[in-house]
Amino acid sequence: MMLTDLTIAQAAEGLRKRDFTAVELTNAHVEAIDALNGRLNAYITVTADQAKEAAAHADKTLAAADAPTLTGIPLGIKDLFCTKGVRTTAASRILGDFTPPYESTVTANLLANGAVFVGKTNLDEFAMGSTNLTSAFGAVENPWRRNGDDTPLVPGGSSGGSAAAVAAHLAMGATGTDTGGSIRQPAAYCGIVGLKPTYGRCSRWGTIAFASSLDQAGPMTRTVEDAAIMLAAMAGHDVKDSTSADIAVPDYRAACGRSLKGLRVGVPAEYRAPGMSAELQAVWDRGVAMLREAGCEIVDVSLPHTKYGLATYYIIAPAEASSNLARYDGVRFGDRREGASLDELYERTRHDGFGEEVRRRILVGTYVLSAGYYDAYYLRAQKIRTLIQRDFTQAFESVDVLLTPTAPTAAFGHNEKPEDPVQMYLNDVFTVPASMAGQPALSVPVSLDSTGLPLGLQLIGRHFDEETLIAVGSALEKAADFTARPTFRAGAAA
Amino acid sequence: MTYTLEGSTGTWEIVVGLEVHAQVISQSKLFSGASTLFGGEPNTQVSLIDAGFPGMLPVINHECVAQAIRTGLGLKAHINLESHFDRKNYFYADLPQGYQISQFTHPIVGSGVVEIELSDGSTRQIGVTRLHLEQDAGKLLHDQDPKRSFVDLNRAGVALMEIVSEPDIRSPEEAGAYLRKMRQILRYLGTCDGNMDEGSMRADVNVSVRKAGEPFRTRCEIKNVNSIRFVTQAIEIEAMRQIEVWESGGSVDQETRLFDPGRGETRSLRSKEDAHDYRYFPDPDLLPLVVEQSWVDELKACLPELPDEKRARFQTEYGITAYDSGVLVAEQSMADFYESVAKGRDGKMTAAWMTGDFFAALNRTGKAIEESPVGADKLGGMLDLITDGTINGKIAKEVLETMFETGEAPLEIVERKGLRQVTDTGAIEAAADEIIAANQDKVEQYLGGKDKLFGFFVGQVMKATQGKANPAIVNDILKKKIHG
Amino acid sequence: MSLDLATTRRIAKLARIGLDDQEIETVRAQMGGILGWIEILNEVDVEGIPPMVGTSQTTALPQRQDAVTDGDRQSDVLANAPDREGPFFTVPKVVE
Ligand SMILES: [Mg+2]
Ligand SMILES: [Zn+2]
Repeated sequence: MMLTDLTIAQAAEGLRKRDFTAVELTNAHVEAIDALNGRLNAYITVTADQAKEAAAHADKTLAAADAPTLTGIPLGIKDLFCTKGVRTTAASRILGDFTPPYESTVTANLLANGAVFVGKTNLDEFAMGSTNLTSAFGAVENPWRRNGDDTPLVPGGSSGGSAAAVAAHLAMGATGTDTGGSIRQPAAYCGIVGLKPTYGRCSRWGTIAFASSLDQAGPMTRTVEDAAIMLAAMAGHDVKDSTSADIAVPDYRAACGRSLKGLRVGVPAEYRAPGMSAELQAVWDRGVAMLREAGCEIVDVSLPHTKYGLATYYIIAPAEASSNLARYDGVRFGDRREGASLDELYERTRHDGFGEEVRRRILVGTYVLSAGYYDAYYLRAQKIRTLIQRDFTQAFESVDVLLTPTAPTAAFGHNEKPEDPVQMYLNDVFTVPASMAGQPALSVPVSLDSTGLPLGLQLIGRHFDEETLIAVGSALEKAADFTARPTFRAGAAA
Repeated sequence: MTYTLEGSTGTWEIVVGLEVHAQVISQSKLFSGASTLFGGEPNTQVSLIDAGFPGMLPVINHECVAQAIRTGLGLKAHINLESHFDRKNYFYADLPQGYQISQFTHPIVGSGVVEIELSDGSTRQIGVTRLHLEQDAGKLLHDQDPKRSFVDLNRAGVALMEIVSEPDIRSPEEAGAYLRKMRQILRYLGTCDGNMDEGSMRADVNVSVRKAGEPFRTRCEIKNVNSIRFVTQAIEIEAMRQIEVWESGGSVDQETRLFDPGRGETRSLRSKEDAHDYRYFPDPDLLPLVVEQSWVDELKACLPELPDEKRARFQTEYGITAYDSGVLVAEQSMADFYESVAKGRDGKMTAAWMTGDFFAALNRTGKAIEESPVGADKLGGMLDLITDGTINGKIAKEVLETMFETGEAPLEIVERKGLRQVTDTGAIEAAADEIIAANQDKVEQYLGGKDKLFGFFVGQVMKATQGKANPAIVNDILKKKIHG
Repeated sequence: MSLDLATTRRIAKLARIGLDDQEIETVRAQMGGILGWIEILNEVDVEGIPPMVGTSQTTALPQRQDAVTDGDRQSDVLANAPDREGPFFTVPKVVE
């Protein structure tokens, strides 16, 4: 077995047993990146030297008795997290060579836990998208291929670089951020595990904002147990983020393998969207059967406002983004286009610096907040958000967790992207409602479709009950026994 | 007495509302831990939050919330136990985040009232609509480079209280009185230093005109006027401009204007207004601000006595006039000084000396009361010497002057200069006899009914005793001797 | 819903994104499509429903003590500036 094939849990054990060193583990991943990143473009910036240095330090720490869990574990960091002294781009031209003099709370927590960062992973520009095609640093290729077909596929987005890196074994795990599905959807497209925690669970400080009331950081890993390990290191109260929850972080790993006897699993009728493929429906049904088998009681539930989730999201997220992205003006940092007047400087800098999708969302957000439209759009959307949250609250009176598909389709080709932005947005239809309500949600790979691409199922939990997601997710993972690996991965490059 | 302006079509009344921006006294900024000190090196009192760096988040300063509540209580206003922070979105070089965090729909303080006093002694109540917390902007320097303006963010993010009045003000004088009263209240509360020169208090002035009995007409907002004198001038000039517009058949546009004191005119800032649509929405980085009534009660219990109450108390407690009392409470430090002198002494006498010779001496030496070389104990000591007859009032003036020069204690000066009052009747009688003998003609005239001449005899005796004679004894002796 | 060009221009101006005529037209059409799709929300009866304020876990806003804990990091503040002059950021001359 190659070092890059290990899970985080296995590697942590191997490091402690001195089966291999952290330097060896990091080197194996750096070599894999060297071999594959040219093709996959999963990383925008590779920090091999820092990683090797950190690994050497980790080996020293490991020699002592109580090294923290992630000591020596190579991770990818979505290039939306500010990393001290390392260029941070948000996959946008507008940030230029921005090098933050600070470390985001989430990455600082991971570093404090001993993790080794091998690089900054690619994403949709400012995390806006579900394809990773909008990155100013080029598209990411999904390491998976359809059977007998070499069409490059999208990894999903916006955390597509993280998903591809983890799926291709270019990192043992990676951080993602999820605003409307940006951890879960790429996890499903790349056949890995993605966990979006409850809003407030992980600090947003130092993570470049897209939509502040929705953004949440979370782990992307190859197993549920690894997600539990990583989340425990990432999460926690942060006085620098006023929306961070002051709630103790439980031992998530202990929830893996917990008995599901008597647990009630809700299946929401409204997610049975018209036009859902028979294949996806079958995977969902299989998931239901597996959980029933594991001792769960299956309950039909209704989330009546589901169909409004996406439209609500496409008001609130662009509105907040239009304001959050106003600071990119070419004055204090980032790329600047000179202009004869202040407004000309702004207009040229922001035209050239932002890609088309980001500009479109800023404009939609500006429109829905503008005089005379605020009540009809933003205020109305926030009221509907309340209704969506009430749906969940009500459902969780009778069930402990919800099971749905993660995404309506498997990964599609780079050239198969719908031209109409609205069609594009439909990718998020299953992930957005939980985001709107702040619920935690987990995507677990369950099977391959008829073309050989992974499909995932989503579990949605009560606020701050990530443990139930992990317990149910690990049961689902065990029953599904998803062992398929992508075409492109460390040591198996075609 | 109504203030009006005469136009060619008749008499116009003015309607004014004021928005005061008062910088909150706090160590650090509203949402960051950077210092609020005035006058630092450029871009040194800046956190990355203030500079709008990616991923930076605001955390509110507890003391700024307390200061806003204290101010609200001082304005006898309603405190909203839940308030919200909104983003006011616009692009400008002094606004790093691209939005100002402010309170739009749910301010921390609701309606209150300020009582103003006018020169004719009448008082008026001016309504306060609201008070909210918001961030200050940075500073632009335009005169350093031919092509560029320079940006200093030291002030960016400092807490401001925006205090909005009702359009209750009807004259430039009232506007001035309102601002003076507002500044006095803020200083008493210790929530803003009220320093208009350093920009810690600035006013936006909303002006409209109307004929008596009409509803309000369109108003213009004159931005950022930075002295009380300029506010009163700007109102007069803007009102006259509007009257001319209306009377020439035009109509006033609602717009933002700038007051140019050099040219004595207001100018349209319309170019800047063009694209203004602030797209307010609740700041998703900040939860609603919730304060407990018990905390508000605590802050209320610790509030200092405010100028109106203090003035009323001085009148009843020390028996001084409304006028003197008003002068003495103008500044908290003055009022405190007065009270420490007046305690256990004659309040009226204290007030007369303070508002008279003492303030005159401070003025002459250009000193604030806090730096007075004559402290409350020395001034009190001097008053005691008058009361116990050691010196008379005339000599006291000299003693006070010397105290200002040398800082000596009053008794020391009296002893050193030999200024003790002469109460030895023998010496006074001798002087009186001499003067009566030398001025028999005047004695005749006085006895013949020219009462005023008595003063002449008193003056001569005082002169003969170098001013040190006890005036009451001099009176007695002269009366006895002249009338026989 | 169709969006007119003047409104699209005004929005682009508000957002300070310079767009040429062709880009404006593209944006107009796409935004029109998105705004039309969003109209589905008009079906929802929101009478008496409070807007979501803050987040899902609304508790009181945490407050920090008043102390100087930051600042005095001029070089950090200026390090990424695309154009600076001494201790200042710069912008094209602003006429006030
Ligand atoms: Mg204002
Ligand atoms: Zn203001």
